[in-house]
Amino acid sequence: MYGNAYIDPNEKAAGILAGEDPQKLAEFEARIARGEKIEPKDWMPKEYRKQLIRMIEQHAHSEIIGALPEGTWITRAPGFKRKLALMAKVQDEVGHGQLLYSAAETLGKSREAMINDLITGKSKYSNVFNYPAFTWADACVIAWLIDAGAIINQVANAKGSYGPYCRALDRICTEESFHLKYGHDNVVTLATGSPVQRKMVQEALNRWWPPIMHFFGPSDKISNHTEILMRWKVKMATNDDMRQQFLNMYVPKIWDLGLTVPDVNLKKNEATGKWDYTEPDWEEFKRVINGDGPCNAERLAVRRNAEERGRWVREALNTTDSKYIVPLA
Amino acid sequence: MIKSLDPRVNRAEIEQENTIAPLKELDQWETYEVFHQKKRGDQHMHVGIVHAPNADMALLFGKEQYGRRGLSVNIWVVRTRDVFTTDYDDSDIFDTVPEKQYREAGGYKVMDKINKYKKTVKA
Repeated sequence: MYGNAYIDPNEKAAGILAGEDPQKLAEFEARIARGEKIEPKDWMPKEYRKQLIRMIEQHAHSEIIGALPEGTWITRAPGFKRKLALMAKVQDEVGHGQLLYSAAETLGKSREAMINDLITGKSKYSNVFNYPAFTWADACVIAWLIDAGAIINQVANAKGSYGPYCRALDRICTEESFHLKYGHDNVVTLATGSPVQRKMVQEALNRWWPPIMHFFGPSDKISNHTEILMRWKVKMATNDDMRQQFLNMYVPKIWDLGLTVPDVNLKKNEATGKWDYTEPDWEEFKRVINGDGPCNAERLAVRRNAEERGRWVREALNTTDSKYIVPLA
Repeated sequence: MIKSLDPRVNRAEIEQENTIAPLKELDQWETYEVFHQKKRGDQHMHVGIVHAPNADMALLFGKEQYGRRGLSVNIWVVRTRDVFTTDYDDSDIFDTVPEKQYREAGGYKVMDKINKYKKTVKA
């Protein structure tokens, strides 16, 4: 599961490189151009560190918050085997959160600081998790299509330049392949089942389509800023390219099942080879990401509650000779 | 109180405006480096870290984080602060290693010499 920490295309490029040592910057860029990875204690531009922390941290938060809309269906998943599988999936997501927090920590931001920024609403997480999972079919659509979007994102980012993030993503991608297959299996079961089951999965797909289209972030024109981040292999593909890749891979699979996508304009443009679609409602996206979605308040209150009620346990276990140093890799 | 679609959230009786004190330094404990062995006879491999208050908990978390899929027979944990490392800035200390062909089996072309010798004997 993954929230795309998209780069704001309006952010000014000027000043990004201000004050950087030109020789060190040249060596840094040459290393990346040779395909070598950057490791935690290497010299790096301030903007590289800042964007990576923001991106990896948001990714970690998304894993943790994403466990909430899915976790709610564990007790009500139909049948023992599906309960086991969903429990395993949710545990994986939380594990991914921990791997990602570790990768971000190597850049100098502590896990406590990241959690504090999450629960006060300062850091963002993937917008899709501000929507509720009404029925079991919603949980199935999330597991299939949100995880599919996540994989497209993560496979691209795993080829990035920062060693610890790449290593975490390699581990994560392996596990995500189970999530995708599990989600597909559940959607296929519903779609090939009774008329009631088909109706249920179609309605869930209708509900989740707009958030799925939002998932990769707003259209990003190649700005000076994005260009630098792509040269540094922080950002590996544009939001639009990833959205196209998703549509290309999954719309045919949805249609295969006789399900419909709630967008009358969705079709592959034979001339360009790209998909045409109705432009997603980016005003709603902005409104929800800034706190005004159906579940934002609940998600953060639940997180704060978990931190607060677990605090005495963590404190009781702590010892006075503990000493934090930044993880090595 | 939050009214949720999630029955677990309703059971937990959570206030919506439940402001909490920020987590303090070391709330999440220190870190341990985790080494994982897939099967007997393999090397232990470094796989990542866990945050833990002590070695026992680090082993427990290490098992959950790195040993929940595939094969595992053994895990080691070491406090991050007890690991000594070389510096990437000093990686030039390894620069001449690939040149040391006399340390490699491939640096010895015995057959060339034997074939050359055989030719001279025949002649």
